[in-house]
Amino acid sequence: MKNRKLMDNLCLILVFTFLFLPILVLIIFSFNSSSLNIIFEGFTFSWYKTLFSNVTLLESLKNTLIVAFTSTIASTIIGTISAYALYKYNFPFKKFINELLYIPIVIPEIVLGISLLCVYTLLQLELGLFTIILAHICFCIPFVIVSVRTSLSSMNPNLELAASDLGASRFKTFFYVVLPSLLPGILSGAELSFTLSLDDVVVSYFTAGPSSTTLPLKVYSMIKTGVTPDVNALITIMLVIIFSLLMISTFISLKGIKKEGTR
Amino acid sequence: MKNNKIIRFIFTFPVIVYSIFLIFLPLVYIFIISFFESDSYGGMIKNFTLNNYRELFNSVYIGIFLKSFLIALITTFFCIIISYPFVLAISRKNKRIQKILITLVMVPFLTNSLIRMYGFIVLLRKYGVINQVLMNLGIIHDPINLMYNNFGILIGMIYTLLPFMILPLYNAVSAIDKSLIEAASDLFASRFKIFCKVIFPSTIPALFNGSLMVFTPALGYFFIVDILGGGKIMILGSLIKNQFLTARNWPFGAAISVALILITFIFIYLYRKIGGKMDDLGGM
Repeated sequence: MKNRKLMDNLCLILVFTFLFLPILVLIIFSFNSSSLNIIFEGFTFSWYKTLFSNVTLLESLKNTLIVAFTSTIASTIIGTISAYALYKYNFPFKKFINELLYIPIVIPEIVLGISLLCVYTLLQLELGLFTIILAHICFCIPFVIVSVRTSLSSMNPNLELAASDLGASRFKTFFYVVLPSLLPGILSGAELSFTLSLDDVVVSYFTAGPSSTTLPLKVYSMIKTGVTPDVNALITIMLVIIFSLLMISTFISLKGIKKEGTR
Repeated sequence: MKNNKIIRFIFTFPVIVYSIFLIFLPLVYIFIISFFESDSYGGMIKNFTLNNYRELFNSVYIGIFLKSFLIALITTFFCIIISYPFVLAISRKNKRIQKILITLVMVPFLTNSLIRMYGFIVLLRKYGVINQVLMNLGIIHDPINLMYNNFGILIGMIYTLLPFMILPLYNAVSAIDKSLIEAASDLFASRFKIFCKVIFPSTIPALFNGSLMVFTPALGYFFIVDILGGGKIMILGSLIKNQFLTARNWPFGAAISVALILITFIFIYLYRKIGGKMDDLGGM
């Protein structure tokens, strides 16, 4: 029994080391006084100072954040409305549309990226922030729908009936009765969208224009010429912010588990 | 009553517009392009031809297909091998620790996957962290090649796609009735037997789900091959990228994409056949 526990912990440690090693290395080298990310020579904060004068790098971070926030908000709203529409109403081609929604989840991102690139070219849309955001919305919506649908299936349908019996309009019912009970699904859909948008490389690669470089695309182009440690500093700052946000949300949901008791 | 119709329209309009204009029509357009001819200036001539599909059977491209499949297959295999013991180890912790550990699996996602590949360059290159540590410890005398080869590509792929295997498997394992496992061990079933007879069968749909979410992206992740493979090695994704951005032969690029879509659809068909639910695919 003790043996098994030891094996379990060893396995956890090994896998987590693998998952975090590349990130840890980047963080450590952000404090390296050498300008090459090769040997750790000494401790310094100077890259954090250089970072704030690197305009193109900060610009790419700004673009990344604009894309992530805008596409998360848009896809959460559209996804929630869509999930409700699919649950509540019948409309032409509903079955077909339902099937279509799984496509962005399952097809390789590269196919999604080039298909949007082709359509943008056909419509003569200039590639820029707008086209990236639209593309991110495109692959995020299905994840929101799936996540909201889980909440919808556990919602008590009598709640809605009760509200309309009491004379609430459809909109009022939706905003005051349906939405609050879907909140867990909506939030986890939004969290997933934000994560997917931040993680994406492939779709952005095809839908970004020269003036709308996002952070990963910037790093991609720098890899060929040499990455400076101020990039490491930027990544470290980003990680600290994101990690604390995540810890707060985990803490909140852990409280939920505690309330449920030891099931 | 008319009011109701308007409300219905407002609710159903977004999903219809979205699925038709951002999913269906772009894919149909790719399908149409794949039958066009290309001119030497990167443009397309609207003549019907099957040449782009015939070109796919050229031995060079067959080679790239096979290579991509092999890389994706090995990646999937290692993701499975790593995920099972890891997921079982997590599931034996208490609920709160489980929640924290699964959240930790998601954390690397929040730094972009390309940035993590850059982290691997720092680790794996000739005078990178790993080689230096090994040399300082006296385990090796000369640096070993850890990247710009198949090994580097596989490490990058396994690393990037591992969470997509871990999450569905974890969901499946944590849904197994614990009393079933207890009953089996009360009846003196060995741990291996419990795994084979109780745990493994109830994770099969999840295993297929994970394999799908690992295998198909692995065919397309050109940037991993580009960064850790050193530009000599090509997979389907790199081929499509080159046709669209460098060679500017869109019809041929579109034909390869159609092939990739077909491969995905075959997998989906099989997944449904064994009783997998489509909603589980998006439920990371």
